[in-house]
Amino acid sequence: MQAPMANYVASIGMEVHAELATRSKMFCRCPVAFGGEPNTRVCPVCLGLPGSLPVPNREAIEMVIRTALALNCKIAMHSVFHRKNYFYPDLPKGYQVSQYGETNPLGYHGWLELANGKRIGIRRVHLEEDTGKLMHLPNGGAGVDYNRAGVPLMEIVTDFPPDITNEEEAKDYLVELRQILVWLGVCDGKMEEGSLRCEPNISIRPEGTEMLGTKSELKNLNSFRSVQLGVQFEIRRQAATLDSGGTLLQETRGWNESNESSYAMRIKETENDYRYFPDPDLIPMVFDDPYIEGLRSAMPELPLAKSQRYQRDFGLSTKDAERLLQDRETAEFFEEAVAMKGDPKGICNLMISEFAKQLNEAGLSPRQSNISPAHLVQLANLLASDTINSKVGKEVFAEAFKSGAMPDAIVDERGLRQIDDHGPIVESVKAVLATNAEVVERYRGGQTGVAGFLVGQVMKMGQGRFNPQLVQQLVREELERT
Amino acid sequence: MTAADLARAYARRELSVREGVQSSLDRINEFDGQVGAFLKLAEDVGDQADRAQAMLDAGEGTPLTGVPVALKDNLSTRGLRTTCASKILSDYVPPFDATVVAKLKEQGAIILGKTNLDEFAMGTSTENSAYQLTHNPWDLARSPGGSSGGSAASVAAGFTPLSLGSDTGGSIRQPASLCGIVGFKPTYGRVSRYGLVAFGSSLDQIGPFGFNVEDTALMAEAISGHDPRDSTSLRHAPIDASSVRNGSLKGLRVAVPKEFFGDSMHAGLRAVVEQALDTMRKEGAILEEVSLPSIQYCVTTYYIIAPAEASSNLARFDGIRYGPRAEGSGHISVVERTRAEGFGHEVKARIMIGTYALSAGYYDAYYLRAQQVRGLMVQEFKSVFDKYDVVVGPTSPVPAFKIGELKNDPMALKLLDFCTIPANMLGCPAISINAGLTDGLPVGLHFMAPPLADERVLQVAYATEQALGATMRAPFP
Repeated sequence: MQAPMANYVASIGMEVHAELATRSKMFCRCPVAFGGEPNTRVCPVCLGLPGSLPVPNREAIEMVIRTALALNCKIAMHSVFHRKNYFYPDLPKGYQVSQYGETNPLGYHGWLELANGKRIGIRRVHLEEDTGKLMHLPNGGAGVDYNRAGVPLMEIVTDFPPDITNEEEAKDYLVELRQILVWLGVCDGKMEEGSLRCEPNISIRPEGTEMLGTKSELKNLNSFRSVQLGVQFEIRRQAATLDSGGTLLQETRGWNESNESSYAMRIKETENDYRYFPDPDLIPMVFDDPYIEGLRSAMPELPLAKSQRYQRDFGLSTKDAERLLQDRETAEFFEEAVAMKGDPKGICNLMISEFAKQLNEAGLSPRQSNISPAHLVQLANLLASDTINSKVGKEVFAEAFKSGAMPDAIVDERGLRQIDDHGPIVESVKAVLATNAEVVERYRGGQTGVAGFLVGQVMKMGQGRFNPQLVQQLVREELERT
Repeated sequence: MTAADLARAYARRELSVREGVQSSLDRINEFDGQVGAFLKLAEDVGDQADRAQAMLDAGEGTPLTGVPVALKDNLSTRGLRTTCASKILSDYVPPFDATVVAKLKEQGAIILGKTNLDEFAMGTSTENSAYQLTHNPWDLARSPGGSSGGSAASVAAGFTPLSLGSDTGGSIRQPASLCGIVGFKPTYGRVSRYGLVAFGSSLDQIGPFGFNVEDTALMAEAISGHDPRDSTSLRHAPIDASSVRNGSLKGLRVAVPKEFFGDSMHAGLRAVVEQALDTMRKEGAILEEVSLPSIQYCVTTYYIIAPAEASSNLARFDGIRYGPRAEGSGHISVVERTRAEGFGHEVKARIMIGTYALSAGYYDAYYLRAQQVRGLMVQEFKSVFDKYDVVVGPTSPVPAFKIGELKNDPMALKLLDFCTIPANMLGCPAISINAGLTDGLPVGLHFMAPPLADERVLQVAYATEQALGATMRAPFP
């Protein structure tokens, strides 16, 4: 789509639903899992059978509070569940248990800081239950799978008016948020499986004006990329409509991944009246300060803070720090190694190169491998002290990864220590020059570039153990001498 | 025979459980055609009787082992159809037992069958059943009251010594009063609501009917106690039936709210109640008139809160997962038609009232205001309970009315609930016992005590029952 004619400012509100990684559902003990035979993880409670009653999942409540704390929210010390009433076949009770109100949700009035330092205001973090899934049956007609019904669902909504103004920020916000959720272990973050769902609402207005434009809400976004593309598409579509003198409708639009465009799903003429009221089957959640402080003090350091610390204290680059912060296990592994007086930069280099490569090939996580933080510390020290060179380092690491043997032991056992003595090196240099008289001639004829070949031959003779700098130096000396 | 008598007969081997149960069944088969208490009889009564007999023989009996009980048909019974007297659940067979039903089964009680009620417990005459009328054993032309009319009639007609009902605004106590038996609504949260098909969740409470207070207390003990499946269930020990005989009227401080004795009160009934109060005085109780002005708002308040909750509770009946489904084009049309065909008039009216009361723009004026009045009522009663042990009054301002008599005046019926509704608003225990007869019809005397004082209200009822000597069998047949 064409870039717009007039200058517009976009406002993007983000509504994110995260299925919580609890073992059981929100109000019953049915297990939480993805997929499976329809209606195999259901009971009278999550099917909403007459007379059944909900019992809240404490783990889910704590997960939401921990998320709210990570998002710098205020915590509602008295928080109630409401019923959101509407009819839909995937909604077993004719209402969804949710949380209503400005200061009633478990978390409210917080913010998330993007890597560039911009703060995105968070309006609310609340707890509700997921619905079932409508499915079209192969022989026509529709069915409902209630396996997902009652799975604890956390809703995170950004402030209004929105702070996000373009598709890049929208994506960054989501990336950052997902990282925090996965970091806290409250959500597996799998957008493709729908455990993390994002519904941005987008409006534009001419630059210099205050009134927010008519918004559209975007659904079916299954990846970061589709969020970015979808928001970009909506901004451009709305601009094109306004440029051509058209009016925008308040509507819900779906994202079509295959042709990368949005289509109208339904027009919102009036707001639904959900008739929220406190669920009389659930007693209010009341928390005290010691409880909340207990959760707060048990919070892990979050990725952004870690990244800043790694850069400040360890002198790592932003990029390297981010690679260590892919997941919590990797970061904690790194920090353990550093705590054993390892060289942070050396350990980081090992982790993001050899270790990452081997883990990837083996399909393992750091803790699942034979490598411990102590292995990394030893190897980094061997390299830093020039006891072994980087080529040998790779060999040692491969062996340690395979057998779990400590790098020092491998080096000793295989006699891999770097040779710094002039004697054996000079001997090899002489031998190489003698057997390559022709090459030596070319060097002396002015083709100094061939020295590299000779260095390589010497290194080969030393089976990689010669100190490379020394070999270079001695080859040149020998060539210049005669 | 009372439940206690039956248990003694079993203990002395004068009667086998099969015999005891058979005599109940015989009576039902012979006379329930006239009364209409039961919607469905259980088919496994013989097996239940054998299991109960085995418990007794093994010395593992409880006071209810082998005792036939009837259950209001809004209590979930595994494998036994549960209709709520509604067409919308005409074929619904629950896959699970309500907690109270599971408890009764564990204790060896015999679940004889399911009794008639006003559809979804909405009514005070049992005339709103989609299936049948229930007749008052004292006068078959009259209503047994409601909504637990079938369960009350079952005990009054001598079909079962005990039965269970549910009470949202008086649905146990009012029919107990009209049928001359005892009906008890425990403290909200002392009996699990798990498996009770919800009407007004913040008001609903399951409770027993019995011929006398002793029997009623046995049943109350059997069904009460904390239930982890009900979040509103209190962490409290079961009601202690053994303490029932400990009560005395001597020195008892009794509040008599003048609002319970208004102009709408039936003269003959008033005389019976006042005579009962005199008897209490003679036994040493200290009666004082008090004023609780909030009582005059309780019916209005109730008819906002209960329908509001009901409008949401009954949303699940959409024909998608269970119950008959009407044909329609598209989801909304299927749901509309299913509900239009499945619900009766009174249920629809209350769903509409409740939906309106919760609607945006009306919520503050209705639902929120009603909750505020409820809070006020709690405060007012609390100040009375600070000074008095119990509150007493009539259960209903009128004795049993004729079937059809008030059918066309639903407001008049609703206005009769003002004596019983406060206990639901407060969540406090309340009981109705028989005080005597007026023109051959029973008159109920109603006691309330503060929340958790279930044992106190049972003790006071027991002592009053002893003093009045007014337990009596319906002249039926």
